[in-house]
Amino acid sequence: MNKQTTKQEDMTQQTDRIKHTDMKEQIDKAPQTMFEKIWSRHKIMEREDGQVLLYVDRHLVQDGSAPAFEMLRQRGVPVRAPKRTFATPDHYVPTDSRDLNSIADPEKRDMANALMNDAKAGGIESFGLNDIRQGVLHVLGPEQGLSLPGAVIVCGDSHTSTHGALGALAFGIGATEVSQVLAAQSLWQRKPKTMRITINGVLPQGVTAKDIVLTIIAKIGAAGAIGHVIEYAGSTIDALSMEGRLTVCNMSIEAGARAGMIAPDQTTFEYLKGRPYAPTGAAWEQSLSQWKKLPSDPGAIFDTEVSLKAEDMSPMVTWGTSPENALPISACIPDPDSVTDADRKLDMVGALHYMDLKAGERLAGVKIDRVFIGSCTNGRIEDLRSAAAVARGRRVAKGVEAWVVPGSGLVKAQAEAEGLDRIFLEAGFQWRFAGCSMCLGTNGDTVASGQRCASTTNRNFVGRQGPGSRTHLLSPMMAAAAAVTGRLTDVRELLGVLV
Amino acid sequence: MSLQAFELLEAIALPITQANVDTDQILPARYLQKPRANDFGAYLFRDLRDRAGGTDNTTFMLNQPAYKSSRIVVAERNFGCGSSREHAVWALYDYGVRAVIAPSFGDIFYSNALKNGLLPIVQPAAVVVALLTCLQENPGAMISVDLAAQTIQSPEGFIHDFDINPFTKHCLLQGLDELDYTLDQIARIEDFERRYEGTSN
Repeated sequence: MNKQTTKQEDMTQQTDRIKHTDMKEQIDKAPQTMFEKIWSRHKIMEREDGQVLLYVDRHLVQDGSAPAFEMLRQRGVPVRAPKRTFATPDHYVPTDSRDLNSIADPEKRDMANALMNDAKAGGIESFGLNDIRQGVLHVLGPEQGLSLPGAVIVCGDSHTSTHGALGALAFGIGATEVSQVLAAQSLWQRKPKTMRITINGVLPQGVTAKDIVLTIIAKIGAAGAIGHVIEYAGSTIDALSMEGRLTVCNMSIEAGARAGMIAPDQTTFEYLKGRPYAPTGAAWEQSLSQWKKLPSDPGAIFDTEVSLKAEDMSPMVTWGTSPENALPISACIPDPDSVTDADRKLDMVGALHYMDLKAGERLAGVKIDRVFIGSCTNGRIEDLRSAAAVARGRRVAKGVEAWVVPGSGLVKAQAEAEGLDRIFLEAGFQWRFAGCSMCLGTNGDTVASGQRCASTTNRNFVGRQGPGSRTHLLSPMMAAAAAVTGRLTDVRELLGVLV
Repeated sequence: MSLQAFELLEAIALPITQANVDTDQILPARYLQKPRANDFGAYLFRDLRDRAGGTDNTTFMLNQPAYKSSRIVVAERNFGCGSSREHAVWALYDYGVRAVIAPSFGDIFYSNALKNGLLPIVQPAAVVVALLTCLQENPGAMISVDLAAQTIQSPEGFIHDFDINPFTKHCLLQGLDELDYTLDQIARIEDFERRYEGTSN
């Protein structure tokens, strides 16, 4: 979009408004982005240097938070707002049982135990390993109705951007900031810039939310949105289910963004209604009227605008060691010699060497050893349904080890009620318990050195799934297609879709 | 609580020509459960420093004698992207690194660094390219960082300015902890909470 045009349209609208209102009101009603509305509502104070102390509505803590609780103890400061804080272990939990004692490494076992002890001592509600609601925090938060439109949500995990799908300002923080939020329920923040990514049109068959976000990252780059909060908009985003929106916002961080968000609408409200922690009765009605005021005003100005067409998108897969190294499955692996920038060329050579891939080779057909379906990116019921639709009646290829790790105990139960577990098990997949698992392998679920994994996760970094592991990021249905063929495969061939 | 104050720094700088150096590479996930009392410097870039089999990967510059005592890192764009693990900052800090110079940083890494006395310095891409070239051609060359003056000096003597938020600069120079300041504002937070609770969701 042309910014100049936007400004002119904006001025015309403002001129019209001046006819009906006084100057003061006109200024109050200057068009605002959704981000600005949420930001200003949570501003406690502003420092001389422009940094804002931002109030936090929801603080989610996971089993990597032990250092933050330790910092709090060292200060002798209590948890300020335990009612706004919720805990679940996800990073260190086993996925082959629900017994913490089965974690062999005592330091890892201590992390999960420490969270439960710290939560109890701080008066924080927790969802432990034997609670069916336990799961990856970024699956659990929306599922329980803890993540609400208009809220500021933080967590000591970079994929907190996920919760922005409900119209929240949600971002990841480090351990010191976790301790600060525990102590003061607030956080000093530089005001980020805003970026709107507009996607219009109808997605072709076989193309999912995961392919949308990989396309975006490939286009703007892993550093493309540094210092920005992204708002995703347009008819394609409007048509996405809540699960799809959560997937898109989840990987905002992989484009360098502080946060990603999507305006709340009927899809959001229907998703939230009746969730355990969502407001009820008169409070629901009151919240609803507030939430409806959240979307960015017409004429609101974003610092950066990007637009994409859904019709141009394909099932995507990554070939390198940064999520920006994503291409349509029909593409060939790029040639470093085609790049002029010397450092970029070196990066590509390094990535291809690590991934054991050859320039010019077709992505479709690359042999894989492991498949991982799950994570905060793609561990929700809709993800499992779409993977099961591909796995149904097929067999995991010989020599391939394929796992399905539901994002939460409730996702697992729902999938079992629908018979998805049977489909996966009959096809030769492992059906496991909820947790972060092989996304980063902190619990010991890793890909062995030299193995190649088709993974529905968010990062293909060097060693991400274990030292020497090789990761190809893709959608759940593409992962299922890779599992049953033993190779990176265009899922549309299995779905009988003409390309 | 206080941190070590940031002092005038003149040190060997390690050139990393790679873009998008993520926090998984800086500090692999398998060390995340280690208590803070550990020397995280031992885990810094662990998988880049080792070859399969456990021998030193001598092509990785940190393993080369001239760069071993680096206290400054110069890197390409988007340094510290990825995971929010503050351990990545602890690994650099414990190794002895006090400043990282790059065209851009992962947002969370940038915040984490400042809270631990590690100074992230943003420089234009052209300056970074020149520094990287110079450091590769002159292993063990020194860069100096003057936080009070907000300048860096390249091994050839070129001086470049950098921006830093004045409050953060003050905290770094004095070794002050931001949380102390925040807790001093508790009345403001309480006041906000009283007004907010009635309208919050």
